[in-house]
Amino acid sequence: MLDTRYRVEIPGGIKLEAQVVGPIPRFFAFAIDLVIRGILLFVLSLLSIPFGAFGLGGGFFLILLFLIEWFYPVLFEVFNRGQTPGKKVLGISVINDDLTPVTLGTSMVRNLLRTVDFLPLFYLTGLIAMVSNRRFQRLGDMAAGTLVISVRESARAAAVGNIVPLAPATTLLRAEQTSIIEFLHRSKQLSEPRQHELASILDGITHQKHENGVDRLHRIGAWFLGVR
Amino acid sequence: MKQQLFEQRHQQAWLRIEESLEKPIGNNSKILAQHYLILCQHLALAQERLYDSALTERLNNLVLRVYRELYKYRSETRLNAYAFFVRDFPLAIYRHRYFIAVAFLVFVLPGLFAGSWTYFDEEAVYTVLDAPQVRDVERMYDPAARKLGRVRTSETDIFMFGFYIKNNISIAFRSFAGGMLAGIGTLLVLFFNGLFIGSIAGHLTRLDFVDTFYPFVIGHGAFELTAIVFSGAAGFRLAYAILNPGQFSRLNALRQAGVDVIPMLYGIFLMLVIAAFVEAFWSSNASLPISVKYTVGAVLWALVLIYSCSGRRFESR
Repeated sequence: MLDTRYRVEIPGGIKLEAQVVGPIPRFFAFAIDLVIRGILLFVLSLLSIPFGAFGLGGGFFLILLFLIEWFYPVLFEVFNRGQTPGKKVLGISVINDDLTPVTLGTSMVRNLLRTVDFLPLFYLTGLIAMVSNRRFQRLGDMAAGTLVISVRESARAAAVGNIVPLAPATTLLRAEQTSIIEFLHRSKQLSEPRQHELASILDGITHQKHENGVDRLHRIGAWFLGVR
Repeated sequence: MKQQLFEQRHQQAWLRIEESLEKPIGNNSKILAQHYLILCQHLALAQERLYDSALTERLNNLVLRVYRELYKYRSETRLNAYAFFVRDFPLAIYRHRYFIAVAFLVFVLPGLFAGSWTYFDEEAVYTVLDAPQVRDVERMYDPAARKLGRVRTSETDIFMFGFYIKNNISIAFRSFAGGMLAGIGTLLVLFFNGLFIGSIAGHLTRLDFVDTFYPFVIGHGAFELTAIVFSGAAGFRLAYAILNPGQFSRLNALRQAGVDVIPMLYGIFLMLVIAAFVEAFWSSNASLPISVKYTVGAVLWALVLIYSCSGRRFESR
């Protein structure tokens, strides 16, 4: 099964979870950064020409070209919570594999090794590396011990609203109770026939069919949630 | 405790923490640590009591955010320049000594070979460089041209500084990165740069441009050539982890190598910036007598070599 969850036990005795991100959002983030870099270089080249293309202006342009080529991602990752502008738009972020923020050192390793991930063309090596491990690490990430994770906030569960809670006739395990609560919270994302279908599995608990079954399940869910 | 009651009871606290994460001033470490402990407890409870995924996810993300803030200001992120210069970089050099030896050989042997070949054989230089390149190099170091008074202005010096930065540091970075290809990339970069530099030196020596070429290169060469060898060594460090991970998994060996090479990368970068600076503003100065150039160059070489050998005493045994 393709599971993008990545778990680390952190001080505090809990297992912290993060969602690792695959090639597609990373590609879009890279494309956005590429455009930004292109514009930046274009503007810089215009600014530097009046100062002498082969003199002062050209010299500074080459230095900036070098810095943008190699250190654009490093700078943003270290000083902007692991996010280049492109990554920020996509809601993804670079992080050490113990879920601490990237440092200058790890960011440098992962970004200098971009050259290899790029080979032979268009990040083919990086892509192959990414899809052949569970953490979607390209070669640079493997050497640096970094991951790209999603930092986009997931949608909050909607308020339950006015549901009259109902105590179930049978005793249920904790995990079963949670599934019913999840059903209550997620109902709005499911089509009605699907809701009926799911509720009908539990007609041994609800003792109802169709709409009534769904409704009954919602009420039981509200009870487990603690609505009184 | 039912989930809803739990949420009602702590909702305010969570909102407050979320709010404090938004403003950068609110992140003093004491408050962060308090928030972190509270949230860890809540998340642990939520996981233990099997509250639904929306709640555990929300708490999880909140803990993750606080955790990242909390660890943002580790000492590692604050570079200690003094400790790096005195201890970390020399120690890293010492630990890479075998890789440096290999990189040195891969760089210097082709250089010596190409150098002696082009020195004895007039045509040999054209096997490595093409004709316009040879002409450029010859023109650059032609003593006759010098006397005609080709004076470089400070403006061109800055341009050349930029050029050396971009060109030379990129070569070093590529040589490092080539280590990921089981060392083949590093091998190629070192080999061909050795060949290139060696054949230019041999060719110019044969033309007897000795007094223009060597005084020019000796000063920055101390930093540049050494840094190129170091970058090769860092590349080989990665390659070694991939090829011979020992008792670790390949991935873990590589990760360890990735940690080990970090001070080398900083050092290589700094050395090449110094080299570019020396090359653009000192080496290019043709008005100084050759003896001064040689003396300063020799002193720089001595300093770089002594410095590079100073790391052993920091190795714990």
